[in-house]
Amino acid sequence: MDPGQPLIELDGVHKWFGDFHVLRDVQLRVREGERIVICGPSGSGKSTLIRCINRLEEHERGRIVFAGKELGGETRDLAGIRREIGMVFQEFNLFPHLSVLDNCMLGPTRVLGMTAREARERAMEYLTRVRIPEQAEKHPGQLSGGQQQRAAIARSLCMQPRVMLFDEPTSALDPVMIKEVLDVMNDLAESGMTMIVVTHEMGFARTVADRIAFMDEGAIVECLAPEQFFANPADERTKEFLSRILAH
Amino acid sequence: MTPGRRKPRLKPVDIAVFAALVAAVFYVAYRVDSVLEYRWDWTVIPQFLYRWDEELQRWVPNLLMQGFVTTIRLALLSIVPAALLGALFGVLRTSGRLLPRLISRSYVELIRNIPPLVFIFIFYFFISSQLLPILGVEDFVRGASPATRSSLEVLFGPSALIPNVISGVLCLAMFQGAYMTEIVRAGIQSVPKTQREAGLSIGLSRWQLWRRVILPQAVRRVIPPLAGQFITLVKDSSILSLISIQELTFLAMETAVSTTRVFEVWITVAGLYFCLCYFLSLAFDRLEKSAAVARA
Repeated sequence: MDPGQPLIELDGVHKWFGDFHVLRDVQLRVREGERIVICGPSGSGKSTLIRCINRLEEHERGRIVFAGKELGGETRDLAGIRREIGMVFQEFNLFPHLSVLDNCMLGPTRVLGMTAREARERAMEYLTRVRIPEQAEKHPGQLSGGQQQRAAIARSLCMQPRVMLFDEPTSALDPVMIKEVLDVMNDLAESGMTMIVVTHEMGFARTVADRIAFMDEGAIVECLAPEQFFANPADERTKEFLSRILAH
Repeated sequence: MTPGRRKPRLKPVDIAVFAALVAAVFYVAYRVDSVLEYRWDWTVIPQFLYRWDEELQRWVPNLLMQGFVTTIRLALLSIVPAALLGALFGVLRTSGRLLPRLISRSYVELIRNIPPLVFIFIFYFFISSQLLPILGVEDFVRGASPATRSSLEVLFGPSALIPNVISGVLCLAMFQGAYMTEIVRAGIQSVPKTQREAGLSIGLSRWQLWRRVILPQAVRRVIPPLAGQFITLVKDSSILSLISIQELTFLAMETAVSTTRVFEVWITVAGLYFCLCYFLSLAFDRLEKSAAVARA
């Protein structure tokens, strides 16, 4: 891949849920190592947008290209693309019948073909990174929400993806746990991981993001560096959103 | 155990209700006794369970016991194909494509909306007149070596009755499979869609997703209702008596007619069914509890 090219490229992406136009002409380019935060009111299409990037949702018009490969109906080896795109969900979505360790080992052993020993070593390495190595043998149901989300992050990292997508990773958590998870995400950002994060955590956006994209009614209204985004956003809707979200 | 849970204790109301029930039972028994003028005679029953064989010089099972054993055989033999049918059609039922869904839906709806008895009359005719001759079951049994035949007899009972038992098993499996299909479908659908998404996002293939994520969770949820369905299967095997499968109910009818001890025979048979099914439900309860303990 030529280094000038973005890792992820969305060009004129449209999507409808029935009559509802969820994504309108979305343009987005993400370079390797870049950290993008996507924010906006609920129902603005943020989650749908990042779910299109690993094709959990299918876009209907436009192009989505990941690492030079276009995602579409004819894409072969979709699983091969997905393994390079980590995804963290709002509700964690750990596999409840497996221990935390097995959750982390499933992908490496089954998809990457690692031996159990290698996979276990890698899993413990990432569980240590997210600071829950002592929870490895437990089942997800025995963990707090914050621990579960960190385990889910470790599960994704075990695949050593080229980009991590976060779909409102802290929305289901209480404040103490939010901090645990954001700390882990901060570490991850410092390690140089490419990240696209849908979140309402403006503090996180301000310190971590390279660019902040504001979405409304399915379109990216503007996409600015944090200083500019918070200081003088161009669009009225962004100003209104910011005044509302920063008020409390 | 929930902490602070007290031992159940009988309250005066409970005792009153219980006493009323006992009184009602006695009253009914008394009325039956005085109205029916039935002369109870239980002495014939034991010999229809076991009889003394003069030639062999030992006790051998008679009609009722033979029927009981056949019923157990039918249940054990048909649970396997019934579960396979249920698993296959249950998975098809949740398919994203229309044709598999249509096929399994037709199977389920066809069987659920016809009384089992009517279904079995029709299906049995097909099996006994078409399927078994095609499979060559009778010839196979007749031509089998003594060793094969004796192992067949362990599985299916007396060799003369093997085609009969196989017909029964197939009928039972066919219609129980439809109910199991619905249980399996419910089990699969109870695994949240988000589990699928999580699996896909770490790059699992469709097959790995089934094998590693969806089925293990579905199976866990499906075991208790399937165990219940198995008990239903045992009880429903009694309708096979109407297509002359020589199981407990069929042989009970014969015994009742030949001895004219109608009530004694049927009460005995009810007792046998009860013991079998109650034993099964206790066993499944235990299994479930130990599985729950193992998981915690």
